[in-house]
Amino acid sequence: MFGLEKKDARLLLLVAVLVAFAPFLLNPFPEGSAMAQFNAGYPDLMQRFVIFGIFAIGFNILFGLTGYLSFGHAAFLGVGSYAAVWMFKLLSMNVLPAIILAVAMSGLFALLIGYISLRRSGIYFSILTLAFAQMMFALAYSVLTPITGGETGLQLALDDPRILGTSQTAGGNIPVPGLFGLEMRDSAELVLGSWVFTFNVGYYFAAIVMLVSFYLSIRIFRSPFGMMLRAIKSNQQRLNYTGLNPKPYTLAAFVISGMYAGLAGALMASMDPLAGAERMFWTASGEVVLMTILGGVGTLIGPVLGAGAIKYMENIISKINSDILHGWFAFLPDGLEDFVVAIIYPFIGKGWHLTLGLIFMGVVIFLPGGLVEGGQRIAALFGRKKASDDDSGKSAKTEPAE
Amino acid sequence: MGILEVKDVNKRFGGLQALGDVNLSVKENTCHAIIGPNGAGKSTLLNCLVGKLIPDTGSVLFDGNSVLGRTPFEICQMGISRVFQTPEIFGDLSVMENMMIPLFAKRDGAFRLHAIESVASEAELRTDAERMLEEVNMLDKANMHSAAMSRGDKRRLEMAMCLVQNPRLLLLDEPTAGMARADTNNTIDLLKEIKEKRDITIAIIEHDMHVVFSLADRITVLAQGTPLVEDSPENIKGHPKVKEAYLGEAA
Ligand SMILES: Nc1ncnc2c1ncn2[C@@H]1O[C@H](COP(=O)(O)OP(=O)(O)OP(=O)(O)O)[C@@H](O)[C@H]1O
Ligand SMILES: [Mg+2]
Repeated sequence: MFGLEKKDARLLLLVAVLVAFAPFLLNPFPEGSAMAQFNAGYPDLMQRFVIFGIFAIGFNILFGLTGYLSFGHAAFLGVGSYAAVWMFKLLSMNVLPAIILAVAMSGLFALLIGYISLRRSGIYFSILTLAFAQMMFALAYSVLTPITGGETGLQLALDDPRILGTSQTAGGNIPVPGLFGLEMRDSAELVLGSWVFTFNVGYYFAAIVMLVSFYLSIRIFRSPFGMMLRAIKSNQQRLNYTGLNPKPYTLAAFVISGMYAGLAGALMASMDPLAGAERMFWTASGEVVLMTILGGVGTLIGPVLGAGAIKYMENIISKINSDILHGWFAFLPDGLEDFVVAIIYPFIGKGWHLTLGLIFMGVVIFLPGGLVEGGQRIAALFGRKKASDDDSGKSAKTEPAE
Repeated sequence: MGILEVKDVNKRFGGLQALGDVNLSVKENTCHAIIGPNGAGKSTLLNCLVGKLIPDTGSVLFDGNSVLGRTPFEICQMGISRVFQTPEIFGDLSVMENMMIPLFAKRDGAFRLHAIESVASEAELRTDAERMLEEVNMLDKANMHSAAMSRGDKRRLEMAMCLVQNPRLLLLDEPTAGMARADTNNTIDLLKEIKEKRDITIAIIEHDMHVVFSLADRITVLAQGTPLVEDSPENIKGHPKVKEAYLGEAA
């Protein structure tokens, strides 16, 4: 199917089904129940799942295949967002031109930054990319304020030209991003008993883009180009003496992954048309590294899983507060209840980073292949021999090579 | 003039003269062996031929063109392939993928952005790879993870990766070290066959005299970075200087 091998086609189909039914799957608990807290099926979060999934899929093409660990990929996310918002300001609120410009601009930036950073490898490469991203963050935050909006960020205004659209709606409001009349924020709700399921235009649009991105990444993984990238990770010396020039290969991988990041940035701006410098901050670059490693470096589906896991924790665990905990443990005797709540408290709310850190450590130490390896082990426990379905079919080794 | 002409090559590492005024001429379609004790500078000489090292002085011509100042991948694209003293393969890749990469390099050049095509659909290259694996008796290992193989197998794979590119000049740095006797004999047979069937020039560094005398048309003895003698295998066998410098150890 689509030029994919059976195994890969099945994986793509599985992801497509999961994504299509996500509004149901992520909302398993009835509205108003104690567990409704853990429902993730609301548009905002579902959008983030797929958008960060795209970001991580692209990052994995660079890091997973070549082993070059970029610590500045959020810069391209930021470039994509700014480019998209500018397109909304100047041209129209249609998301397609915004996405096209964002991908092109982030590709250009990636070409420049990659060309310079790839002169070195290993830790020096990582530091160079980090330095570039931090420079871009600082510029966006201060000197480039006319382009980036500085501290407040880049926002739409009522007097933006929008040559192919309208500056204001009939009601005097700023128009919202859409696709040929479909507004990204539009949602339909389905009420079934005490369950409420939300189907959001923005989510489904981003999800389709994510599926296309995922499909392309599978093609890249299985292409001669992808094989060369893995060869670079494995033995650059041999590649050189085989008559191949590793430089343009790594640069191409860098640019492609930068364009994926720009695409993700554009989608973020399409869901919520503003862009801020903090999107380029180094913590955002670190986050995509965590997502990729958590899910499984160099595997096809791993980065998507990692992105989902981290965004879930960020949005769900961080919302649990001590009142909710007391509610859960109210059945315990008072003293014990306070004790249990006191133990759990550091891991919830703002403490979700602690939970993430512990999970991350656990995964790196016990499951070097990430969640994908975890899934494979569970599958193996149940004696199913389809363990390798979920990975690239190669070893799930995670050594960040040169 | 030979296909490979090394003239007055010098290479120093700090105070150590690794190569001193090396002159070497390798005739097309012959097998030229370079022997000498450990540390004689044999590997260093090969490094100067493939762009890994740049000689301090002297010139290296391959088929009339200088290789100096060219990068390793350019030199390989000129038609020089090299097997290293310690096997250099793509350890994370399967044996088959290890074979496909040199085939792509040969067909598509040093770089091509073939990001959407599929490796699996390259039936022609696959057949070539399989044929070569068959020749080195490794077809049964095609889907193996190459890092998991024995040292001797890695060597044979590396040799197959070089041979499948159909190089004009093949440089072998101790190709049979670490191989079992039977594999060594297979390797000798393979190289003999390749020599007969193809237009290929081989320069081989080897400590195993059985291999050297089975294959070489010409032998250069290197000692302390300088060629001691160059002659036919028959004459080298009885040469007093050689016995003293090298064979003496073994005898
Ligand atoms: N990159 C280097 N830097 C410094 N010294 C080097 C380097 N490469 C080789 N040498 C030195 O140059 C001399 C020649 O080394 P070379 O590896 O060419 O010997 P060889 O003839 O291949 O020996 P062997 O049979 O052990 O492989 C040795 O003394 C070695 O230590
Ligand atoms: Mg040597």
